[in-house]
Amino acid sequence: MDTSETILQQASPDLVRGSDTTRAAKPVRLSPSFISWLQAGPMMLVFLAFFLIPLAFVVIVSFWDYNEYQLLPAFSGRGYTDTFEGCIAQLPDLCTIGKTYLKTLKLCFLVWAITLFIGFWVAYFLAFHVKSKTWQMGLSLLCTIPFWTSNVIRMIAWIPLLGRNGLVNSGLMKTGLINQPVEWLLFSEFSVVLALVHLFTFFMVVPIFNSMVRIDKSLIEAAYDAGATGFQTLVNVIIPLAKPGIVIGSIFVITIVMGDFITIGVMGGQQIAAAGKIIETRLNALQFPAAAANAVILLAITFLIITMMSRIVDIRKEL
Amino acid sequence: MTETTGKTGVSRRTLLKGTAGLAGLAAGSGAITGFPYVKSAETKVLRYLGTAVNEGDDISKQCLKDTGIKIEYITATTDDVTKRVMTQPNSFDVLDTEYFSLKKIVPSGNILALDAKKIKEFDNITPVFTKGETPGGKKIGGQGTAPWKVLYLEGKDSKKFATSATEFVTLIPTVYNADTLGIRPDLIKRPIGSWSELLNPEFKGKASILNIPSIGIMDAAMVVEATGKYKYADKGNMTKEEIDLTMKVMTEAKKAGQFRAFWKDFNESVNLMASGETVIQSMWSPAVTKVRSMGIACTFQPLREGYRSWASGFCVSKGVSGPKLDWAYEFVNWFLSGYAGAYLNRQGYYSAVLSTAKAQMEPYEWAYWMEGKPAEKDIKAPDGSLLEKAGSVRDGGSYEERMGAVACWNAVMDENDYMVRKWNEFIAA
Repeated sequence: MDTSETILQQASPDLVRGSDTTRAAKPVRLSPSFISWLQAGPMMLVFLAFFLIPLAFVVIVSFWDYNEYQLLPAFSGRGYTDTFEGCIAQLPDLCTIGKTYLKTLKLCFLVWAITLFIGFWVAYFLAFHVKSKTWQMGLSLLCTIPFWTSNVIRMIAWIPLLGRNGLVNSGLMKTGLINQPVEWLLFSEFSVVLALVHLFTFFMVVPIFNSMVRIDKSLIEAAYDAGATGFQTLVNVIIPLAKPGIVIGSIFVITIVMGDFITIGVMGGQQIAAAGKIIETRLNALQFPAAAANAVILLAITFLIITMMSRIVDIRKEL
Repeated sequence: MTETTGKTGVSRRTLLKGTAGLAGLAAGSGAITGFPYVKSAETKVLRYLGTAVNEGDDISKQCLKDTGIKIEYITATTDDVTKRVMTQPNSFDVLDTEYFSLKKIVPSGNILALDAKKIKEFDNITPVFTKGETPGGKKIGGQGTAPWKVLYLEGKDSKKFATSATEFVTLIPTVYNADTLGIRPDLIKRPIGSWSELLNPEFKGKASILNIPSIGIMDAAMVVEATGKYKYADKGNMTKEEIDLTMKVMTEAKKAGQFRAFWKDFNESVNLMASGETVIQSMWSPAVTKVRSMGIACTFQPLREGYRSWASGFCVSKGVSGPKLDWAYEFVNWFLSGYAGAYLNRQGYYSAVLSTAKAQMEPYEWAYWMEGKPAEKDIKAPDGSLLEKAGSVRDGGSYEERMGAVACWNAVMDENDYMVRKWNEFIAA
């Protein structure tokens, strides 16, 4: 309530004051909570219409039955039981869905750790070493370069670089470091992680940078004056204050990588399983309920990860 | 407007019962299609849904010139075309799709069978479609969804395929081809004669197959049969045990690192082959041509077990009626009248009506593409670029030789759901 009233006062001081003081003069009075609803309303409606309702449909459809050409609106757990097929029977081996999620989580963790590391230092450089605002803007725009080309072109462009007869391999062979071309450079987990990091580091840089520029410079000076080393300042001042940015960036990266199947597909030579890929295969075979069930599972797992992360940092408090 | 809404209601019921979201889309687009009847009284416009195979700009331009019908292409992948027919039947007029998807599309009741009597050249359509044999009388392998099995419906609104010829045709044939493995002869350096070579450890890390489950598994089955491990009753309609067996062989190969990558898209297959990432893979004829036009040796290798074939054709959406239906017939008739057929033949596909296409091609072109004779002159693509130098011979030879050696057709299996699950397992292995 505190925050909403402060926001309200900033937004429309007249209205808020009106409701308190000039009670008798105004015939129509709007209570502050009503105004809050009014302000939040449009966004809520959009959220409801384009997110919650479609999501509810996905959940409902995931419990339907289907045949080759239509959905059968009768309750059926088939989408789920098919998905977890063999998970108990095949123990101790992992079933398809288990293997798929293990692989997805592994890729997700690697990409997250690397983008966080790179993103943090890029943001650090931008926030503390680049003094001019213009340069800060210009350099952060540079980070968007990977998005200037379409996904397909970008993927195709990796082949001449990392391929069997690509630049990297021919370079290494000329220097005599290797005799045979290195095969794992392309269509491997390595290339998937490389492409995802290349794409999504930007999503780490922006929120972390945003948190860092808001750190009061006098705090860093105070730490310096109190005799803290650079490392101590980093660990005890900068990282704690940049936490919201780190968490937001992590949420971006994790949610995108968990659902990705295009990059994993193309860079993994379509041979690496991904949670999103299962959904796509099911959709293409017109098995909508099975696809919906997989989407619900993916959503639940992603949600779980996000919940754990927001346990570590209360974003709402920090913002 | 009430009438239009009523119509949408019917197709909605028959289509996806109760799928409010999807039906909403259908109803929404139905409301849009209501208008062009009035608006387009002067300009004849047909919305043409299909894959990129037939959708040449030259074809639509020529069609506009000859018939005054403006074609608006809606291009999608094979899977997405089917998806669109099922969920948004009012978003297109003419449908260009493959015969194997009919097993899904026809029971949905979203398409209108065309009347054979209104197709001028129907009797001249190659017997490949109607009888399952080449014009020279060679019997064609019928495993999978062979077009002659699903060419006719029992009645106008029937959802059952007729066993003998009727006047209600599911898809008016347009284009087809026989697919096989593409190879890089310069890198393999020895003759390749069997599908089993795809899993030969010699090509470890240099092989690839198509990542469309229903088609990929048929290529896999060709390989399994070629290695002598198993003989299928029908590669296009496997039992669960057969699916397990096929996927087991493929999974072992995948784990051993046989495959470099799987491809899904025309350009992907071209890139894999041209860059030398793969030296042997399932491929499409124009993709082989494209690799060759880059100056890289690539052969569309005929194999002794035969080809896997595919075919596509035209039908119209259930929602099409009145003058629009007449234009659709006019368009289909135009398509079979020669220009488009010659255009497709020159890309290495085959046209459904051979006689009209022949009339539009130079004798030396016909001799090269269809008769398997050495090219008298340089062979050019429809856009004028050089495809083959004089003296070269088409891989696999003549039409008779290639179509006569077809072993199976692209298919949707009865156990499709199981197969898709197994395919996901294969990818995760």
